[in-house]
Amino acid sequence: MSNALLSVRDLRVQFDLGRDGWFGARRVLHAVGGVSFELARGETLGIVGESGCGKSSLARAILRLTPASGGQISFQGEDLLRLDAEAMRQRRRALQPIFQDPLASLNPRMTVGEIIGEPLRAFFSSTMPRDERRQRVLAMMQRVGLLPNQINRYAHEFSGGQAQRIGIARALVLEPELVVCDEPVSALDVSIKSQIINLLQDLQEEMGLSLLFVAHDLAAVRHISHRVMVLYLGRVMELADRDALYRAPQHPYTRALIAAIPDPDPRRARAHPAKPLGGEPPSPVTPPSGCVFRTRCPHARARCTEEVPALRSVGGSQVACHFAEELTAD
Amino acid sequence: MLRYTLRRLLGAIPTMLVIISLAFVLLHAAPGGPFDAQKALPPEIKKSIEHTYHLDEPLYEQYGRYLVQILHGDFGPSYQYRGTRVNDLIAEGFPVDVGIGSIALALALIFGTAIGILAALRQNSVWDYLPMGIAMLGISIPSFVIAPVLILIFAVTLHWLPAGAWSGGDPSHLVLPALALAAPYTAYVARLMRGSMVEVLGSPFIRTAHAKGLPLRTIVLRHAIKPALMPLVSFLGPAVVGIITGSIVIETIFGLPGIGRYFVDGALNRDYTVVLGVTILYGALILLFNLLADLAYALLDPRIRL
Repeated sequence: MSNALLSVRDLRVQFDLGRDGWFGARRVLHAVGGVSFELARGETLGIVGESGCGKSSLARAILRLTPASGGQISFQGEDLLRLDAEAMRQRRRALQPIFQDPLASLNPRMTVGEIIGEPLRAFFSSTMPRDERRQRVLAMMQRVGLLPNQINRYAHEFSGGQAQRIGIARALVLEPELVVCDEPVSALDVSIKSQIINLLQDLQEEMGLSLLFVAHDLAAVRHISHRVMVLYLGRVMELADRDALYRAPQHPYTRALIAAIPDPDPRRARAHPAKPLGGEPPSPVTPPSGCVFRTRCPHARARCTEEVPALRSVGGSQVACHFAEELTAD
Repeated sequence: MLRYTLRRLLGAIPTMLVIISLAFVLLHAAPGGPFDAQKALPPEIKKSIEHTYHLDEPLYEQYGRYLVQILHGDFGPSYQYRGTRVNDLIAEGFPVDVGIGSIALALALIFGTAIGILAALRQNSVWDYLPMGIAMLGISIPSFVIAPVLILIFAVTLHWLPAGAWSGGDPSHLVLPALALAAPYTAYVARLMRGSMVEVLGSPFIRTAHAKGLPLRTIVLRHAIKPALMPLVSFLGPAVVGIITGSIVIETIFGLPGIGRYFVDGALNRDYTVVLGVTILYGALILLFNLLADLAYALLDPRIRL
C-alpha cells in the first residue's frame, strides 16, 4: 500500500532505566517492541490494550514527542525519524495530537483564544493578519461546540469535556492530515465521552482526517474505528477490520479482552458474566521468551516459549499466534 | 485584592506587637545595662543618666512609654551615641544597605535565573551538573569566607578593585561587597530556577506546545519561564530581607557605613533603643516583602484569586 498516509515499520521505543546498582546490568524498558502498520487517508485505526502495553508510547513516538530507538515512521512519504528539529517542526502542521488529560495539556496562563490561535501564529505569523487569525479561531470554536464569548476565558474555568473541545480545536485549527488521539476520552464522564467521540467522528468526515485513536475502552474504539490494532507488552497481537475483530477475534488475548467487556443488560450479564483476564502483564523490562502473552494464555504450549510468533494473515486478519487457526476452529 | 491587602496589613499589627514585646523583654532580660561598661562612672552620675532615659522606672512603665513613642514614629535616643536619635542612625545607614542589597539582589536574579534555565535545558549534561555543583558550593560557603577570598583575589593580588571601605562617591568600592552578598543568593536562585524549570518543561502543556509546532525559543520564553518563575517569586520575600540583614556581616568585613555596624555595636553595649529600632525595622520589612510576594504571586497566576 504505497498510497498510505502513514506507514510505520518496526518502530521501537526503549527507556533506559540505568544500571541495577553501580555495577549491575543495564536495564532497558521495551515500551514498544517493533510495531508495524499502515494508515490510509480518511481512515481511523483504533489502538487498544491494557495499561502499560505501550499504546501511549507508540502514539508519542509517532508524534516525535518521545524519541524512538529504531524503525521508520513514514508520513506523506517521508521518514519523520530522519528529519532535523526544524524540518520536523514544519511537519507538525499536518500532524497534530489530542491528549489524554485535557486540562493539564492547556497552558493555565493563556486564554482560549490564545491557545487555539497559537499554532496559527507558529506557522503563519507573517502571512496571516491578526483579524483573520481571530476569525479562524472563532470558526474553529464554533465547529467544536464552544461559544464565541468564551474566547477570553482561561482554560481552568472549563470542565473536562469543554477543555477537550478546546484541545480538539487547537489540534484541528491547522487543518492537519493526521490526528493522533492519545486516550482522548479516558478522563471524561461517560455522557461527555460519547459527545466527544461523535464530535471527532463528524470532524473527521468534514475535514477528511486520518485518525489514530488510542484507548483502553473497547466500546469507544469499536464506535469510531475502521480497523483495530491490539497491543500487548509493546507488540501487535492482532490487527483486523473492526467488525471482524469484534465478531470473530482470532488471538487469545483479543478474545479475552472482548470477553471481559461488561454487558449493559443485567439479565444477559447474569447469564454470561464478563470474564476478566487473570493476572498482570509481565514486566516490559524482562519480557517472557517466545510469545509475550504466553504467561497468561490459556492455550500456551511448548512452542510458545521457544518461538516468537510472527504477525501473519489468518482469514483476513493479521494475527501473532502460532495456533490461531486451531483455536478459531473450536 | 484591595480587601486582601488591607486584611493582611491589619493582621500585621498583632505580629509586630509580638515582635516588639519579645525583643523588648529579651533585651532587658539580658544581664547588664547600657551604662555598665563605662568605667569609673560615679553612682550618682549613673543614676542621673538612667533617670534621664527613664531606665530607673519599672519595666512595664518603660514598655508603655516605648510603645507610645513608636506610635509617634520615634525610636528614641541612642544610649551609646550621645545626642543621636535612632531614627537618624537608621536614616543614615539604611540607604547603604538598600544600595548594596539591591545590587546584590539584581545580580542574583539575573545570573541565577539565566544559569538555572540553561542548566534545565541541558538537563543531566555537563552544563547542568557543573553549574549546579558550583551553586551547591556557593550555598554551602558562608559569606564571611567568600568575602575575604574575593578581597584577596581582586583587591590584594590583582589590584582590580578597592577592598571596600566606601564612604560615598566612587561606586567601585561597592562591587566586591555586592558580589560577596550576591554569591549565595545567585547559587540558591540558580538551583531553585533549574528545579522548577525542569518540572515545568516536563508538564503536559509544554508537550502540547511542542506538538503545536512552536520553536524551542518560543516554548521556553512564552510558555515555560512564567510558571517556572513562581517559586522564585515566593522566595523573593524572604530573600530581600535576608539580603538586607545578611549585609551586617558583609558591612563589617568591608567597612561599610551601613546599619549593621550600629546593630552589632548596639547589641554588645546594650544600646536598647538601637537594637529595638533595627529589629522592628527588619520585622516590618519581612512582613511587607512577604505580602508583596503573595500579591505578585496572585498577579502572575490567573488561577489564584485573592
